[in-house]
Order: sequence, then C-alpha cells, then structure tokens
Amino acid sequence: MEQKSNGLMGWIDARYPATKTWEKHLAKYYTPKNFNFWYFFGSLAFMVLVIQILSGVFLTMFYKPDTALAFQSVEMGIMRDVEWGWLIRYFHSTGASAFFIVVYLHMFRALIYGSYKKPRELIWIFGMLIFLALMAEGFMGYLLPWGQMSFWGAQVIINLVSAIPFVGEGLSTWVRGDFVIGDATLNRFFSLHVAAIPLILVGLIFAHIVALHEVGSNNPDGVEIKKNKDENGIPKDGIPFHPYYSVKDIVGVVVFLMFFSIVVFFMPEMFGYFIEHANFEPANPLKTPEHIAPVWYFTPYYSILRAVPSIAGSAFPGVIAMGASIVILFFLPWLDRNPVKSIRYRAGWYKILIAIFVVTFIILGILGTLSPTDGRTLLAQICTVYYFAFFLLMPFYTKLEKNKPVPERTT
Amino acid sequence: MKKTILILLLTTIAMISTGLVMASGGGYPKSPANVDVDDMASLQRGAKVFSDYCLSCHSAKFVRFNRVADDLGMTEAEVMDNLNPLGVKFGNTMTAVMTEDYAKESFGAVPPDLSLVARSRGVDWLYTYLTGFYADSSKTTGHNNAIFKDVGMPNIFWKQEGVKEAVYEEHDGTKVLVGVKVVEKGTMAPEEFDTMIRDLVAFLSYIGEPNQSYRKSLGVYVLVFLFVFFGLAYAMKKDYWKDVH
Repeated sequence: MEQKSNGLMGWIDARYPATKTWEKHLAKYYTPKNFNFWYFFGSLAFMVLVIQILSGVFLTMFYKPDTALAFQSVEMGIMRDVEWGWLIRYFHSTGASAFFIVVYLHMFRALIYGSYKKPRELIWIFGMLIFLALMAEGFMGYLLPWGQMSFWGAQVIINLVSAIPFVGEGLSTWVRGDFVIGDATLNRFFSLHVAAIPLILVGLIFAHIVALHEVGSNNPDGVEIKKNKDENGIPKDGIPFHPYYSVKDIVGVVVFLMFFSIVVFFMPEMFGYFIEHANFEPANPLKTPEHIAPVWYFTPYYSILRAVPSIAGSAFPGVIAMGASIVILFFLPWLDRNPVKSIRYRAGWYKILIAIFVVTFIILGILGTLSPTDGRTLLAQICTVYYFAFFLLMPFYTKLEKNKPVPERTT
Repeated sequence: MKKTILILLLTTIAMISTGLVMASGGGYPKSPANVDVDDMASLQRGAKVFSDYCLSCHSAKFVRFNRVADDLGMTEAEVMDNLNPLGVKFGNTMTAVMTEDYAKESFGAVPPDLSLVARSRGVDWLYTYLTGFYADSSKTTGHNNAIFKDVGMPNIFWKQEGVKEAVYEEHDGTKVLVGVKVVEKGTMAPEEFDTMIRDLVAFLSYIGEPNQSYRKSLGVYVLVFLFVFFGLAYAMKKDYWKDVH
C-alpha cells in the first residue's frame, strides 16, 4: 500500500476516498459562475430534507401509531406535554409544505432553462422519482395525526384506487389492510412514512446528485461550460462549488429560514393551508366533513381528476387523467425537440406558453381547494386541456421555434 | 426574462386574490371576537366562566389544571377551589362533570371536547355562535342558533342574556336570517354579557394552543437573529466572490 501524503489524512486516503470525494463533489466540482435566483432551490430542498428527518426523528419518539391514541399523542403529548414538542411539530408540518414549494420552484427552474435535456435526462428522471416519493411521503404522513382531514383525505385518495375496473376493490383493501381505513392502515402508513419512503428518498437524491456531478450543472444560458476549458482542464466559466456556492447558498438558506420562521412562529396553520382547520377534530368515520379538500400541494392533480367526467358512474377516467398528468412529466426530455436549452434564446411565444402553463397550474391548484360548481368545473376542464396540450403538442411546436443565437460562453 | 417574471408574479397575485374571494362568502356572517390571549385578567375570568358553565357537560381533556395555573398566573389553591368542580388532582385534565353515558341519555350524543374547538372552528365563529342563540319554540331546547342551525346544545346563558329573536330580511323572495336581537332583558347588561363571552372565547383560544403567546414572542428573537446572520452571510459571500468576473 502506497501513501500519497503523510499524516492522518494520508492514512485515511490510502484506505477510503475521503479527499477524493471532497474534491470531486465540492472543492473541485466546477460549477457555472452565472447561477441566478432559481439555482438556490436545489440546496434548499436538501436542507428541508434535513429539517424533516431531524424533526421527524423526535416526533417519532412521542407519536403513537394507534387509532385510539394517535390524535391525543399529537395534540396533547407533542403539542402540550412534551417540552418544545410544539416547535418540532410545526417545523415538520411547515417543512412538508416548504418541501413542495421548494421542489416546485426547482422543477420550474429545470423547465425554463432546459436542465432536463441531453445529457441530463437521467437527472430529470431521478428528480421525477423523488417527486413521486415525496408525494407518497406527504400523503402517508398526513394520515398520522388522525384528524378529520387525515381520515377523509385518505378515504378520498384510496377510493380512487377502487375506481380501477376489476381489481380496484381488492387493491384498495390490500392498500388499507382492512375494509375501512383503520388501525392496520395507520400502522402501515406510519411504517412507510418513517422508514421505507425516507430510505427510498435518500437513495434517489444520492443518484440525482451523482448523475448531476457526472455531467455537470446546467446554467441560465444553457451552455455547456465543459466545452471551454483552460490549459489545466478547468472550465473557463466554472468556479469550484466550495467555497463559492457554499457561501452563496448560506445566504439563500438564511433568507429561506426567515420565511420559514415567519410561518412556524406567526402563522403555523397558514390560514388552513398547511394545517387544515378540520384536522383539529379527531377522525370520525361516521361524520363526513362538509368540505373535503386535499392539502394544497395535491390540489392541481385533484382538480384534473374532478375535471374529467366519469363514464358509466366510474371515476376511472379521472384517475387515469390524474396519473397521466404526472407520468407525462417523465417524458419531458423527449417531448421538447428544440436543441436550445435556455428560455433566454428560445422563441418569445414559447415564454408566453410557459407563463400560461404556470397560471393554469395555479388555477388548478386553487380550484382543487374549493367545492366544485358548474363554472369552476368548466374552468378546471379548460386548464386541464391546456395542461395536457402544453406537453403533448410539444414535439410539434418546439420544432417551429425561431431561436436566437446561443452564446459560446456564459454571459 | 424580467418581463416574464413580472407577468407571472402579477397573474399569480391576481389569481390568488380572486381565489380567496371565491373561497369566502356564503353562510351567516361571523362577528370578530377581538380576544387578547395576553390579557391575564380576561383569561382568568374566562377560565371561571368555562368551569362554571361549560365544564358541566363538556370536557377539555387535553388541558391540565397545573398548566392553566402556570400560564394564567394563578396559585394551586385558586385553581383547585374555583376551576375544578370534580376535585381531580392538580396535574390532571379538565373532565366534564356529567358522565358520557348520562350525556348520551339526555342529549343523544356526548358533547364535543373543547380542547381544540378554537382551532377547528376559529374564535370568530365561537363568538358568533355563543351570542347567536334565539328563541325558537319548534326546538326541544326552546332555542335555535343563527350560525349553527338546529344545534343540540341548549342556550345556557339565556338568564344572563335575556330572550333573543331572529331578524330576517327578504332577499329575492326568500327569508334570510341576518342577525339576532334582544327582546326581553336578561340579568346582565348587554356590555357585561359581551365581555363575559369574549373572556370565555379568549380562554378557549388559550387552551386551543397554550403556547401561542410564547411562540410569537420567541419568533421575534429568531427573526432578529436571522436578520443579523443574513448581514454576515451576505458580507462573506461578497468577499469570496470579489475575484469572480
């Protein structure tokens, strides 16, 4: 065994790639120097993950996954009797919504700067899998406080499974572990929420970052910095991630924590969007709430589900549409045929299409929190059509774009 | 690009505001409760009203007497003598005097636990509800409620409040309930009664989240810390980045 350097680090490096990993992923990971506002959300998502894991560990110490005890263990145990339990619970409940806000903005960044395009298709796929795992994590976590919305929200979603022809009933019973949502359901959701899905999430995030560091980061100009290297093989437009982006991301983290703290300390319910008012009543299978709305981060898809008319009394077409609205995102790298990555050098009308897409997505989200009326359903249908047309027609309209010249170097 | 962001921002704001408008409206109007959970005298009076009137039938089973004493600045003796009709231990929780079996027999259902009612319903709703009873001879309790139609709870404050009557207005040919008014004076002056109800709602708000005042005061320090931290972090970023062109 040969040691390249002396001392403790030399001893370790001869046995474990400590310095090598540090350099490959941080100190000598060359990152485009022109990152803007939108590039904070990757590191922020990672930080929210850490908040969720740490707060979750402590909540798990006091939570009781038992339908007779769950509500009390949260609302009396954690919120009142456990020292600082209320703060840890608000970190976790606010963190759940913050995770989705940050991830939605992170995905929007990828959309406008073409970060999903060759050679970054796998980063996008891993990212979409993270998004799916996150939705499962959020959904199962929401059942645990065993409030009215926990119960009825889960009821609505699990009933969607039973809309699948032939196998639906059996499948939904299999998911619940019972014919109704009960103790068996709560226990398995707890297990999946605190063990299985977090492990999957961490694994997928690892793959997401390994894939990113293999091909290098995209940037707001969509130029490949590896094409222009100096005599030492260092990209001319690149700067080492550490210390440049580590110190910059700290600023982003502090600003994020300010918004996060405003919610945690001054409006933890966030007007009933982060913690729904009805969830302060314990789950009662005999009393259906007047209005059942999923948590805000699911409402765009819930709107799509409701916008599709049922056929022969079966909500199955809506379920298909809801599933398709997520699945279609996986294909984005192949739907967009324009070789230019960044929106800066794409057609003006493409910017407008994206702007309308964002607006329709927000409208779908708002409609999903409201009870349907004829007018609202029509609006949801129009938005649903646009949502799918935006992606499905992409292979055609992206070929018609008149691009602006893309610079050789970052600007 | 800047223009796009601007357009996005504006449309988003427009959408959210229309969304909020669409979400609100409908139903009987709520009156603002205007409660102050930092007013210890109000909370103490509210605790007494709660114990004298509510605790006969309702529980607040997540609320411990010793915690109430601590938070409201009361001694153990004061709490045990005035707020604890069942005489349970100081560290125990507020349990209804009436047994659940008896409640089921007399009302057909167990009255809901009030530990979190201020969080599930909101303080404005509670204030409107408690002041919204009116005489209705068609009901077995003799009363109905403006914001909670056909509620099973009797109007326990009728002696203090007096007899109220519903006020209707005609809207497109249908009678709409718009308010209630006193037609026969009670033992309390209207202002006195109003204060009592606000004290009670303040106490309900407090037991809904006993930490709420501390939470907000702590939040101010956290934000001041983050503000200072931001200055330092920003200066460090500037310093590291000065050689990047």
